[in-house]
Amino acid sequence: MNDMSRISSTLLTDVTGFLWHEADLLDRKDYDAWLALWSGKGHYVLPIGDTPDAELADALNLCYDNDKMRRDRIARFQAGFSISSAPPAETIRTVSRIVIDLAEGDRLTVRSAEHVIEDKFGRQRVWAANVTHRLVRVDGGFRIQDKIVRLLNSDGMLNSFSYLF
Amino acid sequence: MTLDTPVYDLDALYDNAQVATSMYEDPALFDVEMERIFKNTWVWVAHDTEVPDKGSFKLSSVGKEPVIVVRDRKGKVHVMVNRCRHRAATVCEVKKGKTSSFQCPYHGWGYGLDGSLRALPYPEQYGDDFDKAQHGLQRLHTETYNGMIFATFNEQIEPLVDFLGPVTKWIDLFMKQGGGFPVKVLGEHQFKVPMNWKVQLENTTDAYHFPVVHKSFMQSLDGETEEMFEFLETGKGYVEDLGNGHSVMVMIPELVDLDDNLDAPIPERFTELAQELRDEGYPEDQVKKIVRAVGGAGFNLNLFPNVSFSLAFFRVLRPVNVEETEIRHIAIGMEGGPAAANRARLRLHEHFQGPMGFGSPDDAEVWERVQRGTKGGHDLKILVNRGLVDERPGPDGPLGHISAETGMRAAYDMWKRMMSK
Repeated sequence: MNDMSRISSTLLTDVTGFLWHEADLLDRKDYDAWLALWSGKGHYVLPIGDTPDAELADALNLCYDNDKMRRDRIARFQAGFSISSAPPAETIRTVSRIVIDLAEGDRLTVRSAEHVIEDKFGRQRVWAANVTHRLVRVDGGFRIQDKIVRLLNSDGMLNSFSYLF
Repeated sequence: MTLDTPVYDLDALYDNAQVATSMYEDPALFDVEMERIFKNTWVWVAHDTEVPDKGSFKLSSVGKEPVIVVRDRKGKVHVMVNRCRHRAATVCEVKKGKTSSFQCPYHGWGYGLDGSLRALPYPEQYGDDFDKAQHGLQRLHTETYNGMIFATFNEQIEPLVDFLGPVTKWIDLFMKQGGGFPVKVLGEHQFKVPMNWKVQLENTTDAYHFPVVHKSFMQSLDGETEEMFEFLETGKGYVEDLGNGHSVMVMIPELVDLDDNLDAPIPERFTELAQELRDEGYPEDQVKKIVRAVGGAGFNLNLFPNVSFSLAFFRVLRPVNVEETEIRHIAIGMEGGPAAANRARLRLHEHFQGPMGFGSPDDAEVWERVQRGTKGGHDLKILVNRGLVDERPGPDGPLGHISAETGMRAAYDMWKRMMSK
């Protein structure tokens, strides 16, 4: 048994609710609300290959966004001048297989599986990723400190993305 | 060529700066291109630093053919078709790594780092006259210029430096972005686009699209940097045909030679990096040299048929089929240089390039739109005549306005030359 035995089902329910809420915001492209989920200082990263978490800053990633880059990215999506995101692909995603790896004080590390189906030009593509959220508890809820999305085949041939994972 | 090779009226396909729609669409023409172009010219396969040590290898391709690039025990680089000489299985499916040999997983034929057949199980069933020397992996002719490794199936080809011609001086200038350190590959972005390979070939020396397609990237820059990228407004740059299908597009003339103007003030966006370097103990003149090199060179250099040097990275294309092309954007940095400078280069690369960049997805979208658009109006031509109006002779070939389609004409002239052989 891992630490799950010591993690209350209430916490798992709360965390699941938070991840599903985030997934819903991303599918609805409610990006302002998504930005408000962040605590501010951490990174939103899509690594390439199996770069360890501690070495991501010194490696090439698909994205390595601090707070400014996240805001710039959203501004780009919203301004309407980016042909790939005006209109963007539609997405429907599920987040499941949620595991709370660590719950200490106000810090949590949560792993999950994310499946995204995108549709553009009547063509659907499927993506799968292992996701790690580092969460902070605030005011009875959570904020995202870091989010690391490890796509399957991240070091292989991909397509371009007009949305977030 | 075989007897059933279709006969093409090449003038109907490209002439007078007009490209026929079928150039992007005809699968039989694609097959002929793979044969006459990709099997007959120098094709870029790797950078030296991707195979740094004895036994280092990476998988690559020459046209549609999968190859292995590997450094042998004496330091020589070999490029070999990834196919066992027995029953054709690939002998390597690891993208990159280090090894002492390649062994076929099917019946165990073993090959050395130079592709020679070393051993096979139970060889006696082949008889006494079986010659191992005749059963090595198929090897390609390989040459390197300034770290760039090229290979070809054509044994009669001119030396690489002759094929490159005036391109070599631009490669040398480009490599100055090591900032005093050797240039090193740091990683790569890879994405597939439903388009003909020539749509990408046209793009690297196309300044005309930049302010339109990359408006959203421009809007994410600070004022000073945005101004630097407004090269269409200032009109200071140019495009030049460098022969053999190659071309250069100078966008920011003051950044052509990174060793010049070292006393220029440090741009706002790099002040933090400069301070970090000073804090690490780098003397001021080296700080200036490194910081000046961090943003890359002020030009794009497009080589026929598959590689380009674009500001701060290498772009590589691989034709998959007539309507599909794989693109790699290879990030480069300073080997043994300050970690802070390489981090800055990585973040700049991620900002524009790759599946989640602020630039590449918009490029990919318009390229796909070209491929979709060619489903209509089949008799209409694709125009690459822009800038003919004031094109003039340059030092190495026709030279035109920064937004001229001179580079595309250079590529299509070479395309025609190779297709007519």
